[in-house]
Amino acid sequence: MSVIKTNGLTKYYGKNLGIKDITLEVGEGEIFGFIGPNGAGKSTTIRLLLALIYPTEGSALIFGKDCYKHGHEIRQNIGYLPSEVFYYEKMKVGELLRYSASFYNKDCIARMHELSEIMELDLGRKIDELSFGNKKKVGIVQGLMHQPSLIILDEPTSGLDPLMQQKFFSLISDENKRGATIFFSSHILSEVQKLCSRVAIIREGSIIKTEDIKTLRKTNYKKVFVRTKKGISAFPENKGVSNIKENDSQVTFFYSGDILKLLSALSLADPEDVLIEEPTLEEIFMHYYQ
Amino acid sequence: MNIFRQELKSLIRSILIWSSSMLVVIAAFMAVFPNFAGDAEALKMMMENYPKELLDAFGMSNVDLATVAGYFSMTFLFVQLCAAVQASNYGFAALSAEDRERTADFLFTRPVKRTRIFTAKILAAVCAIVITNLILLPGSILLIDLFKGDKSYDKTIIYIILAGMPVFQLVFLFAGLLISLLVKKVRSVLSYSIGFTFFMYIISVFENIRGIGAVSYITPFKQFEPGTIVLTGGFDPVMIITGILMILISITAAYVMYIKRDIPSIN
Repeated sequence: MSVIKTNGLTKYYGKNLGIKDITLEVGEGEIFGFIGPNGAGKSTTIRLLLALIYPTEGSALIFGKDCYKHGHEIRQNIGYLPSEVFYYEKMKVGELLRYSASFYNKDCIARMHELSEIMELDLGRKIDELSFGNKKKVGIVQGLMHQPSLIILDEPTSGLDPLMQQKFFSLISDENKRGATIFFSSHILSEVQKLCSRVAIIREGSIIKTEDIKTLRKTNYKKVFVRTKKGISAFPENKGVSNIKENDSQVTFFYSGDILKLLSALSLADPEDVLIEEPTLEEIFMHYYQ
Repeated sequence: MNIFRQELKSLIRSILIWSSSMLVVIAAFMAVFPNFAGDAEALKMMMENYPKELLDAFGMSNVDLATVAGYFSMTFLFVQLCAAVQASNYGFAALSAEDRERTADFLFTRPVKRTRIFTAKILAAVCAIVITNLILLPGSILLIDLFKGDKSYDKTIIYIILAGMPVFQLVFLFAGLLISLLVKKVRSVLSYSIGFTFFMYIISVFENIRGIGAVSYITPFKQFEPGTIVLTGGFDPVMIITGILMILISITAAYVMYIKRDIPSIN
């Protein structure tokens, strides 16, 4: 049975398009990536799934139940972590988490302490004294403490330092091993690649492609900058090199293939400076859909 | 129950501040009553010095300030102004606070129906009004008895005035609730509630000076005008029914809008 199933989900804000005709299906136990640039409609889709907003057209089912008729039942088993977290500022962390726990028909307190320990979260602090990153930790504990069977993450890593990101990802993997389905929205391809089994790419409100992560991994592009006097001639029509651009002695290109071959080509080019980085999602899109 | 408790807890301080302020207003006015009542001649002369329009505007031209009930009815007008602002505050804030504090995402992703959130928030606000009146009623009686001197008075009329207060406040509460959903965003609750109170009050002043007819029925300041209650011995049924209808219409419309509404996103 699919955990999430949407059919022609469409949302207009007045005359402005939010998303159009989103049809997707997420199976049980999957880690499903939802990637796209900012403003593509990721949050709109998530807000529709959570019934924070209502669709203009189309339908959405979670656990086989209608998101709008049975939203409150469905949400018993959903954990949601928004990109920006805001809580009642006058409350203490522990108070807020206990208030949140009071909505669920299972005991979350033991798990609350466990998670706070892992995320190094002080339950005695007041919410309005917390930094962005610490608020995010509250969000993580709040989203996971009722051991939901569907976890929805909207740009979850923003504001977390690398160490915490790592802890967070291992928490998410554990939850997945326990059987939870993960719906993971992000604009950072690499973090989606690391975790997800399948991804949907959304752009300007529509899904342009749903792909197995293995296929995406095969086309593992790197963006390479080289400064060399030899210029472009140092890189003859190589297999895997594309999008070559030359500007003075600076050469930029995309590379996909054996990294060792790239390195040897680079060393032969007599470079003054080299930078190899992950292309941005936008660049990948441009590359894919030219 | 958890939402209700949370909501009411956030109102406790405000309830105590408002109800004690209203008692202070009553105390301040009633404290000078013995001076007024003691010298009826001087009082009459003083009242004659005021332009009639001014007394009309306050609905006081026919009220005998030398009596306990008459004097209290004037006092109560100022209490009503406070009470209107208080109730409008709760109305404008109840459903808009989560948007303003950006906690709507948290609350609405909990496993509860919107109906339950609506009911809990409304009940908490109504409960706050009830508590306020439970403090105000005995407090008023106590203060009147403390300062009435050797004057005797008809307690029934005082009770009638005070009994109208919760309903008076509910009209403001629910009207505020509805308006908060009709406007795009309530940035400052207090400016809305002071503005709304002032608007309703002005309608009542116009009616008292000029007579603007049926329009004046919509203002609780006419529906529950203490001076009129003292003069006629009770409420005008048409006025009261208008008030109750306003409550029912506001709450129904607010409910329908709240259930269907898209929760605005944080950004």
